[in-house]
Amino acid sequence: MAERTPWSLSGALRGLRARKTIDESTWEDLEEALLIADFGPDITEALMDQMRAQVTKYSATDPEDLNRMLREALEERLAKYDTTLKLSDRPAVVLVVGVNGVGKTTTIGKLAKFVATAGRSVVVGAADTFRAAAVDQLATWAERAGVDIVRPQMEGQDPSAVAYQTVEWAIAHGTEIVIIDTAGRLQTKSGLMDELSKIRRVIEKQAPIAEVLLVLDATTGQNGLAQAEAFLEHAGVTGLVLTKLDGSAKGGFVLAVQERTGIPVKLVGNGEGIGDLAGFTPHAFAAALIG
Amino acid sequence: MATFGNLSSRLTETFKNLRTKGKLSPADIDGTVREIRRALLDADVSLNVVKAFTGAIRERALGDEVNRALNPAQQVVQIVNEELVAILGGDQRRLQFAKKPPTVIMLAGLQGAGKTTLAGKLAKYLAKDKHTPLLVACDLQRPNAVTQLEVVAKNAGVAVFSPEPGNGVGDPVKVAKASIKYAIDKQHDIVIIDTAGRLGVDAELMKQASDIRKATNPDEVLFVIDAMTGQDAVATALAFQEGVDFTGVVLSKLDGDARGGAALSVVSETKRPILFASTGENLDDFEPFYPDRMASRILDLGDILTLIEQAQEAFDEDEAAKVAQKFATDTFTLEDFLSQMQQLRNMGSIKKMMSMLPGAGAMKAQLDNFDEREIVRTEAIIQSMTIAERRTPKLLNGSRRLRIAKGSGMSVTEVNALVNRFEQAAKMMKTVAKGGVPQIPGMGPIPGAGYGGKGKIAPKKKGSKSGNPAKRAAENAALASGVPLTGPSTGGAGSGFGLGSGAGGATAATGAKAPPTAEELSALQKMLGRG
Ligand SMILES: Nc1nc2c(ncn2[C@@H]2O[C@H](COP(=O)(O)OP(=O)(O)OP(=O)(O)O)[C@@H](O)[C@H]2O)c(=O)[nH]1
Ligand SMILES: [Mg+2]
Repeated sequence: MAERTPWSLSGALRGLRARKTIDESTWEDLEEALLIADFGPDITEALMDQMRAQVTKYSATDPEDLNRMLREALEERLAKYDTTLKLSDRPAVVLVVGVNGVGKTTTIGKLAKFVATAGRSVVVGAADTFRAAAVDQLATWAERAGVDIVRPQMEGQDPSAVAYQTVEWAIAHGTEIVIIDTAGRLQTKSGLMDELSKIRRVIEKQAPIAEVLLVLDATTGQNGLAQAEAFLEHAGVTGLVLTKLDGSAKGGFVLAVQERTGIPVKLVGNGEGIGDLAGFTPHAFAAALIG
Repeated sequence: MATFGNLSSRLTETFKNLRTKGKLSPADIDGTVREIRRALLDADVSLNVVKAFTGAIRERALGDEVNRALNPAQQVVQIVNEELVAILGGDQRRLQFAKKPPTVIMLAGLQGAGKTTLAGKLAKYLAKDKHTPLLVACDLQRPNAVTQLEVVAKNAGVAVFSPEPGNGVGDPVKVAKASIKYAIDKQHDIVIIDTAGRLGVDAELMKQASDIRKATNPDEVLFVIDAMTGQDAVATALAFQEGVDFTGVVLSKLDGDARGGAALSVVSETKRPILFASTGENLDDFEPFYPDRMASRILDLGDILTLIEQAQEAFDEDEAAKVAQKFATDTFTLEDFLSQMQQLRNMGSIKKMMSMLPGAGAMKAQLDNFDEREIVRTEAIIQSMTIAERRTPKLLNGSRRLRIAKGSGMSVTEVNALVNRFEQAAKMMKTVAKGGVPQIPGMGPIPGAGYGGKGKIAPKKKGSKSGNPAKRAAENAALASGVPLTGPSTGGAGSGFGLGSGAGGATAATGAKAPPTAEELSALQKMLGRG
């Protein structure tokens, strides 16, 4: 594993495609590839059934055809939802949430840069007042992106107060886009989840929230579902960001998340650099995944 | 979480068909193994490990140890648990200290795994043991990781070595090397090196980690991995093993609800032990790793206990039907009482499994008070009776009781107490069987209790006294044993604790899932003559 392996299932599917005809071992390979990609047992089973039905229907025998059908099926399932980021309110307030260490702050840095490059004015709000040096970390990103930042007025200040002040600042300065960082929290901590609901309420006193982005780490397994459900309930998530796709993890669990919650993936992160952010395109994603 | 229900209900389906008296057919075992496989995949255990694991389970399940077992279904679950614990904890050990200080501990892992926080926790933990750890800031990549470590060090009350500002400035290998000299000068006996998060596929950064290792010759290299990690855990762990060759694993974010199958994958694929669990954002949220807890977490053995009980239930069904019939027709005898008691023996193994469950403290205390010797005594008394006496307890006059006491090596008082308990139970149960009181879910040792739910003998009473089944059960249980209702229920330990009916062998068809309350358990003890 010393050299960089490509981010794709193609490795796992290679055996499948190398065969002349579709046989029982083809199905085993396919199942394995899907499970390894973290689609989870349920979606894997559903995809397997779907593929078997299609292979029967079209009397397909060539594994390449199966590969293509799989890509199309995935793309179709991924494309069921509208993946556009809605930033038309003024100010457009974006709240970024997620469990610890998934890449919230980094994503904010990248997104701020992206939006600023598009000519919009941006302010970020450092409402992670809990983790050590989280404010400084966001400040570094703000500097890199060339955008403004609203910091807590004192250490350990109530995060909703910081969120409120950030929106207030944006309104006073006519800033178009507001992005608010929050502390990482595990979805099982009800007190911290309630805190998110409060942050929401407080922001909404001044402006509607344009997007609540839940950041999910591609290395996550089936727990991603539980995360999405809880954050949807407490923070009213409107879009997903899938990070760390530059690693070897495939992040297949997001399909289950999308289908279970109806919330689309809107952005993907693929590196630690400020430019490593992209919009989510089902076609490209499926193609990259299946090869 | 949704998956809990899934696992439980799926395995229940499979186990329902397992007749405990007969042999398990290979088909029975395949069905069970399929569900275990699914549960493991749901828990994020890596596919390869799942394959090897289920293969081993299948092999053992087909073997003699299972078919000779009193309850093969239970035996299968026990095997699963044993194998899990064996993999997770086969090689458990403590931190390795250097013969000549300083002991060097290097942390490595993916981005966001929780290394920096862990560094602080480890330092605080070691400082409590009179060590003088030094934290070293070698994550010069992530914005303000250095600042974060400085704050963490301050909170932990330990020293920090951070000569470089980070944010891309400074050479982590040089810092690491310099830190050893610094530690020797300042007499720190432990050095903890925080490194930048890196991907397994990033050859360049992996080389850097390896260079840090070479420069510091650590006594421990700890690979920190997020408990929520999916199938990628193995690829990443192997990449780190190849890249820096870690000596131990730390499982982070275990305070969430991830099943943590990654733990199993990493340990079985790298053969490196898990030393610690990181369980929260505060610096004290840190503990040694307990393989048995992890095993029950991965497979959710709470649910599995329910399964055992349900398998058990199948076993006792015929017996229970007979008993209920006897209650209804007033032909319940001391012989029946004895055979019901004997089924309680199964309690012993359940007790053992209970001890593996986190948060089962209260229950366990109750179970610990339950003394199997009571059954032996009861057995001795009843076995000293003639068949006629057992079938017609009314025959038991004073002289017969004296004879029985002598024969069984007990006192007359003990014999009297047993007969009283029997009469009480029989009276109570007669009412129950005739539909006087609704079923008693989870109330094991009252023979035949809950059978009314099946509607065969006892007409199920509509409109129960209490709308809350648990409360109702507790009230009835207390009633049955003459215990006053005390205190709140401690049944909060989770859905897995439906062991009531399994323990007693009686069938509580619809109540099987209700956890036994404290009242029920204490009632149980009463019945056994402890109260
Ligand atoms: N390789 C890679 N690393 C990333 C990506 N996004 C974030 N990271 C890294 O992941 C780590 C955690 O990122 P943060 O942005 O601090 O995550 P966070 O969610 O804000 O973390 P907390 O605030 O501590 O909960 C950092 O080391 C980031 O550099 C990504 O897309 N790819
Ligand atoms: Mg952050």
